[in-house]
Amino acid sequence: MKVIVAPLLLVVLLLALPHSASWFHAWMPTLSHPLYTRTSFLMLTLSHLWLVVLATLVAVAVGLTLGVLATRPNGRSLLPTVRAVAVIGQTFPPVAVLAIAVPLLGFGAAPTLLALTLYGVLPVLGQTVAGLDSVAPAALHAADGMGYGRWRRLWDVELPLAAGPIMAGVRLSAIVGVGTATIGSAVGATTLGSPIVEGLVGNNTAYVVQGALLVGALALSIDGVLGLVERRVRRLR
Amino acid sequence: MIEFEHVSKRFGEHVVIDDLSLRVDDGEFFVLVGPSGSGKSTLLRTVNRLVPIDAGSVRIDGVDVATQAVEPLRRGIGYAIQSVGLFPHRTVGENIATVPRLLGWSDGDTRARVAELLVLLKLDEPGIADRYPDTLSGGQQQRVGVARALAARPRIVLMDEPFGALDPVTRESLQASLKAIQRDTATTILFVTHDMDEAFGLGHRVALMLDGKVAQVGTPLELIRHPVNERVREFVGGSRARLRELAVRQVRDSMRKGEVADGDAIDGGASLQDALGAMLTQGRDRLPVFDDGQLAGAILLADLVASRE
Amino acid sequence: MTPRALPVVLLACIGFVAALAFPFLYVTPNRLLSGEPHSPHVVALALTCVLLAAAGVTSVRGSRVAVALLAWALIAGLPLLASIDARTLLLAAAPSARVPLGAGFWLMWLSASLLLLDRLRAIRMAGRVVAWIALLVAIVVMGSAGAFDTLALVREFHAQRGPFMDALLTHLTLAATTLVLALVIGAPLGWWAWRTRRTDGAVVGMLAFLQTVPSLALFALLIGPFAWLARAWPALGALGFGGTGAAPAVFALVLYALLPVVRYTIAGLGAVPADAREAARGLGMTRLQLLSRVQLPLGWPVLLAGLRIVAVQTIGLAAVATLIGAGGLGRFVFLGIGQGANDMVMLGTLAIIALALAVDLLFQAMLAFTERRP
Repeated sequence: MKVIVAPLLLVVLLLALPHSASWFHAWMPTLSHPLYTRTSFLMLTLSHLWLVVLATLVAVAVGLTLGVLATRPNGRSLLPTVRAVAVIGQTFPPVAVLAIAVPLLGFGAAPTLLALTLYGVLPVLGQTVAGLDSVAPAALHAADGMGYGRWRRLWDVELPLAAGPIMAGVRLSAIVGVGTATIGSAVGATTLGSPIVEGLVGNNTAYVVQGALLVGALALSIDGVLGLVERRVRRLR
Repeated sequence: MIEFEHVSKRFGEHVVIDDLSLRVDDGEFFVLVGPSGSGKSTLLRTVNRLVPIDAGSVRIDGVDVATQAVEPLRRGIGYAIQSVGLFPHRTVGENIATVPRLLGWSDGDTRARVAELLVLLKLDEPGIADRYPDTLSGGQQQRVGVARALAARPRIVLMDEPFGALDPVTRESLQASLKAIQRDTATTILFVTHDMDEAFGLGHRVALMLDGKVAQVGTPLELIRHPVNERVREFVGGSRARLRELAVRQVRDSMRKGEVADGDAIDGGASLQDALGAMLTQGRDRLPVFDDGQLAGAILLADLVASRE
Repeated sequence: MTPRALPVVLLACIGFVAALAFPFLYVTPNRLLSGEPHSPHVVALALTCVLLAAAGVTSVRGSRVAVALLAWALIAGLPLLASIDARTLLLAAAPSARVPLGAGFWLMWLSASLLLLDRLRAIRMAGRVVAWIALLVAIVVMGSAGAFDTLALVREFHAQRGPFMDALLTHLTLAATTLVLALVIGAPLGWWAWRTRRTDGAVVGMLAFLQTVPSLALFALLIGPFAWLARAWPALGALGFGGTGAAPAVFALVLYALLPVVRYTIAGLGAVPADAREAARGLGMTRLQLLSRVQLPLGWPVLLAGLRIVAVQTIGLAAVATLIGAGGLGRFVFLGIGQGANDMVMLGTLAIIALALAVDLLFQAMLAFTERRP
C-alpha cells in the first residue's frame, strides 16, 4: 500500500505544478518568473526517467553478464580483478564519473548517460557476484547430482537464488542514477535537475523548489517500485 | 542459605511462578528439575535479580536481594548458563578472570586463581589460557564457563542447564568434576535441569517443579520411593523409577559383609546400577565388593531385586 | 592457456585497444579550446601490451614476476613518457599551448594498475605494501623534480595552486565535520534504536527515505529554511550561517551520513552474541561496563566498516555541495565545466577520486589493525 504514495504524489505534482504560478507568486512576490516554463515538467520528468531507465538497463545487462562470467569456473581467475573494479569504482564519486565523461563526449545528455551507465554497472556487478557466491554449496551439489547442465543450473538454481541481492543492486543502481542525472543538468542534460541548477544560478528559489519536489517524488517512486520487486523476488526464492 | 518466600512472577497474563516458597541450605547441592515452562529457570534468575519478582521475597542469608545493589549482588554469585556466553574477544584466561577483575583483585591474585581453576576443571592443555573461546571444543568451553562462575570463590553458584548441550560422555565427566568441586569447597549450588538422571545424580536435594509450583522437594530417594501424587510418580519414571533408585544408591549400603563371591570385584562406592551392569556383563548373580582397600563382602542380585527398605 | 592467465590477457587486450584506437595526448592552443590528438608511440605501446599478454600465457619460471615488473614500470613510466612527448610537442607550439592526457593514456594506465593489483595478490601483504609505496615514492619524486611539468594537468595545478589548496582544505573540513557530527549523533541514536528494538522504526525509516532523495535536491531545498533561520536569528547569520555555504551543506551531508552510522551501530551492537550479554549481566557488569568491555570491543570493527562507507560517500557528496556555495574541490569541477576548462575539471575530479581512495585505504588499514588479534 505504501508503495503507491510516492507515484501518486508525483502524478499530483505533475498535474498541479503547471497551474501553481499564482501560488508561488504569493509565496515569493519578488520573483518575476515564479514558475519554471522553459520545458514542461512532464517533459523534464520523462527525459529524466528515460535516461535512468536506459542507463539502468544497459548497466544490468553488462553487470549481470560480467558477474556471471566471473563466477564460472573458467572465469574465476577474473573474480579478484572484477571485485577490485567494483570496490574501487564505488569509491569514485558519481560526480567524478560525470565530470570525466564531459571531456570525452562534450556537453548534453551523452556524458550523463555514459556516467550513469558506467557507475550503474558497479552495484549490479558487485551484487551479482555476491549473490551468486552466497548460493549454498549444498544446493549446487544437489543440482549437479540431479543431472543439471552447467547453464541450466545457472538459470534454474543459481540466478533465482541470487535474485534478491541482484535486485538490490539494480535498485541501488537506479537510485544513484536518479541522483546523478539530476546533477547531469549541470553538464547540459535536460532533466529535473535543470530547474534546480537554473534556480541556484539565477537565485530563483521557486525553480529550485519545483525541481526538488519533482525529483524527490520521482526518486521515491522508483525506489518504492523496485523495492516492491525486490521483496517479491526474495519471497519467491 | 537462599530462601524463597511466597514468590510470584507473571509475564503478562501467564503465571510463571505461583506463590512459591523454598529453602536452600548452606553447602547444599540443590537441583530444580522440571519440564520446560515449569518456571525453574525463571526462579533461578530471581536470585541474582536478572528477573524481578512481582510478589514475595528472595533472601540470601536473611537479606532480601531486592534491597541490595544489583551489580555487587551479582558479582558475589556465580552464574553459568547452557549457551556458556564466553566473550569471543577475550582469551580463556581473561574470560575466567572477568569477575575478579570487576571486583578489583590484584593481578597476582587473579593470575593465581585462574591457574588454580584451570587445574580444578581439568583445562590442563599447555597454553590454553591464552587461546580464544572459538578454538575450544564445546566441553572445554563449558568447563571455562564453570570456571568463570567459580572464579571469585562465590558462596552461591547458579547454574542453568550448563551441561544441556553436551554429548553424554563429556557431560558425565563434567558432572563428576562439578560434584567433586562442590564437595571440596562446600559451595551452595542451585542447579537447573530438565534431565531427571542428572538431577538425581547431582543433587543432595531435588525440587520437582510443575506449573510454577514445587510439586515435591526431598532427597532423590524420597522422591523415588514416596512420590506425593501421580504426576510426580510419572515424572520420576513410573515403573522405571526402580532403575533410577539403583542409580542413586551405593553398593556398600546393600552388600552382605563378610560373604565371598567369584568374579571381578566392584567398588563399594559404585551405584547399584553399576553392580547390576557388572553382573549382566559377567553372567553372575553375585559379585565380590572391594571397599576401604580390601575385599569387604558380596552383593547379590536377589538383594537388588528385593531391595526396599 | 591456463585460466590464471585470463586477467593478464584481458587487461593486456584493453591496453592494446587503448593504444591503437584512443589518442595518447592532445595538443590544444590554450586551456579552454579543444585540440589535435597525438599518439606518438602506437606501435611500441601496442607491442608492449602483446608482450605482456605473452608473458601472461607462458608458464616459464619468473614470467609472473616479469608481468608484475612490467606493469609496475608502465604505471611509473607512462606519465614520464607522456611528459617527454609533451615537451617535444610544446617546443613546436605557441606559449599558451597545453598538452592534456588522452583516453588512450588513462585506459592503459588503469589497465596496468589493475594488472599490478592482480599479480601482487599472490605475494605477502608486506610485499604488496612495499610495491605500492615504492610506486608512490617514484611518482612523487619524479613529480617534485618537475618531470611532469609539461603536462596540462600539472600546469593547471601550478596555475591554481592557492585556490586548489584552499579547496582541498575546505573539502577535508566539510568531510571531517560531517563524520564527527554523524558519529556523535548517529552512534547514540543507533544505540537507542537497538535498546528499544526500534531498528525498523520511524527514525530509521525516515533516514532511509532521506537517503533516496537526490543530493542536489536536498541541498537546494535547505537553502530556504537556512536563509529563514539566519534572518530570524541574526546572531546565527553573523556566524556565517545562511541559506548557502557550509552550514546547509554540512547539515545535508550529516543527514546522508546518519543512516549508515545508525545501521552499522545497530549491527555492531548486534555483533555481541546474546548469551555473552546475558552472561555479562549475570556476572554483575554494569550497563557501562557491558558497553565498554564487551560491546565496544566486539562492535567497533563493524562500526569502523560503516564509517569507511560514510567517509567515502561524504567526500563524493561534498563535491555537489559546491553548488550551494560550500566550496571544496567540487568548485573546480563545476567551475571548470562552466568555463569549458577540461584541465580544471580533471584536476578537481582526480583530486576528489584520490581523496576518496586515500580515505578508503586509511579506513581499511585501521580495520585491518583492529581486526588483528593481540
